[in-house]
Amino acid sequence: MAQIEGEIRQFVIDNFLFGQEDVQLENDDSFMERGIVDSTGVLELVAFLEKKYQIKVEGKDLIPDNLDSITNLRRFIGNKLPVA
Amino acid sequence: MCGIAGMVNLNGSPIDQGLPRNMIGMLHHRGPDAIGTYTDKHVGMAHARLSIIDLAGGQQPMHNEDKSVWITFNGEIFNYRELRQDLIRKGHTFATQSDTEVIVHLYEEEGEECVRSLNGQWAFAIWDANRQRLFLSRDRLGVRPLFYTITGQTLLFASEIKSILAHPAVTRAIDLQALDQLFTFWVTLQPRTIFKNILELPPGHSLRFEHGKMLVQSYWQPNYPSCVVPMDEQDCADRLLELLADAVKLRLRSDVPVGAYLSGGLDSTVLTALIKRFSDAPLKTFSVTFEDPEFDESAFQKEATDFLKTDHAEIRCSYQDIGRVFPQVIWHTEKPVLRTAPAPLYLLSRLVRDHGYKVVLTGEGSDEMLGGYDIFKEAKIRRFWGAFPESKIRPLLLRRLYPYLQNLQSQSPAYLKAFFHVRQDDLSSPLFSHLPRWELTSKTKMFFSEAVKSELHGGDVYRDLKGLLPSDYLKLDGFSQAQYLETMFLLPGYILSSQGDRMAMAHSVEGRFPFLDHRVVEFAAGIPPRLKMKVLNEKYILKRAVGDLVPLSIKKRAKQPYRAPEAKSFFGGDTGVARHEYVDKLLSANRIQKDGIFNPDSVQNLVGKAQKGQAIGIRDNMALIGILSTQLVIDQFINNFSGRHESGTD
Repeated sequence: MAQIEGEIRQFVIDNFLFGQEDVQLENDDSFMERGIVDSTGVLELVAFLEKKYQIKVEGKDLIPDNLDSITNLRRFIGNKLPVA
Repeated sequence: MCGIAGMVNLNGSPIDQGLPRNMIGMLHHRGPDAIGTYTDKHVGMAHARLSIIDLAGGQQPMHNEDKSVWITFNGEIFNYRELRQDLIRKGHTFATQSDTEVIVHLYEEEGEECVRSLNGQWAFAIWDANRQRLFLSRDRLGVRPLFYTITGQTLLFASEIKSILAHPAVTRAIDLQALDQLFTFWVTLQPRTIFKNILELPPGHSLRFEHGKMLVQSYWQPNYPSCVVPMDEQDCADRLLELLADAVKLRLRSDVPVGAYLSGGLDSTVLTALIKRFSDAPLKTFSVTFEDPEFDESAFQKEATDFLKTDHAEIRCSYQDIGRVFPQVIWHTEKPVLRTAPAPLYLLSRLVRDHGYKVVLTGEGSDEMLGGYDIFKEAKIRRFWGAFPESKIRPLLLRRLYPYLQNLQSQSPAYLKAFFHVRQDDLSSPLFSHLPRWELTSKTKMFFSEAVKSELHGGDVYRDLKGLLPSDYLKLDGFSQAQYLETMFLLPGYILSSQGDRMAMAHSVEGRFPFLDHRVVEFAAGIPPRLKMKVLNEKYILKRAVGDLVPLSIKKRAKQPYRAPEAKSFFGGDTGVARHEYVDKLLSANRIQKDGIFNPDSVQNLVGKAQKGQAIGIRDNMALIGILSTQLVIDQFINNFSGRHESGTD
């Protein structure tokens, strides 16, 4: 899970913060409230998750509770990935 | 339509006669038909003329009977015939048939108050030799531009900033506070411009300089009522149409043929229909179409031209075209932009000129005055929802917003609620309607360099803007507040300048705006908001007023704001590389580092995203266009400005 968390953080830094690693981003920070993603950003995020983790993000999954912070994403991906 | 420039030496020292001529040389595109100058002991005035009224007799600068009052004037006074008759009755003698001379005699008669009698679009300077007074004025809504600065002991003024920059004593530097404002509101807050120490005379303002003292004051403001006055719906619609028709009729006064822009939307179709009421001559109309179907409105344009039987010409715009002309576009906007939308209008004015036309009527102002923009709808829904935040039904209305934005439409209701969130504090904010837009735009400032961020630390652009709101603003209803913000800031600072005057005048074309006739504006301000937007039906009263003047399909179509392709105009093709050499050059890490405004690493990340075709969101696109256009401003006006001749035209 720590690996997933790191991968998500790096994706957010590269794609939404444009490499600005010095920007403070806590695991529970809301991407929306921080203005890190706009409506297109959500779709970029979904495309990343589907490609990286080979999961299917359904329409019903498109809610902030699943996608709006590093913590939420880690939990969401954990639930989606097959149990080892 | 023309360009003006001039100067006054504050200490009474003599004018270098070559300077006004040099300044006006920068405005050849605004007035290619003639150049004129006037220099007195310590005042100089210059004029570049685009001949439209009184082709033989309208040369400027122009004077009164005894040459004690001189004027250099850019614009049109549409009620000049009526004013002229009145002035003749009062004993004034006219040497020409021009509208310019009317202002001179009206000034003699009424002094600075003369501007209140004018129905038109203007920027002018009057030199009153007897009083040793310079008087500058700009029209009510800001159709025509006017800039000024004081350098040393000289006050300089001109239609465009490049003319002022051509004066050898003027220093050229970016105003970082203005940049902060522009990357929030899309505009700088007047009088500030993107150039340090160069100011814009705000719309509806005059400037008097006399005996070493300068006074800038407002003579007009939109008159939104502090409480809604009921109106009968049919009476309101009838009166609106009557005023609009007269506004069109006045704007057909010209000694050269008049055409019209026809976008396929309601406003331009209404205007075209009204023009045809007053003339049996074939009417020439012009439009932009796009290769990218997301932006193209040619089907509606065809419906309108078939219905109204106009002689129509169009220009088809590709990604390549926009990228190709963008440097010239920024040469004319003289400020960064966050959208590429001015570029197709630059191409459109060239089409107009190529067809031999100098004047077009166009529909700007209708959305601001009659409640057409989506931002009004967005604010209405957010306020409705914010009044009952627990409602599960009310936020469903968010789906009705921005139907043309696919990425937004594919969001879940939960995300829509998050995007258009309403914080309880927001509901009482005087800026409620515009907060989501401005907060989103502000995110582009993450690309500023550390040095710029540090310089701007402690600033507050919202405080700057609130400081410009009138004392009775808080008494207005929410809808009128939103209209005020659009009318006073985005309209003059972007719509009428970067998309309006500057793009048309780049090819010596004059736009005329019937919806901005002050009688229409003043009447529209008093129309109850529920008649402007009935439930969520935008511009309801206009649709009712025009009846069957326009095709039903155009009345009923979903509002589609004018937009143009963005990142794809600069990066694309199979390889994703920059389509034009200047893009690579100005966005290179070295160049970004050298110019100092943006963070080179962040910009490289954004460019990388654009090259991969991933910079497709609103924020990324605004950032990319904003950065590139800022770099073009620096390149053309700071680093490589010759000040001697026109550059950047194609």
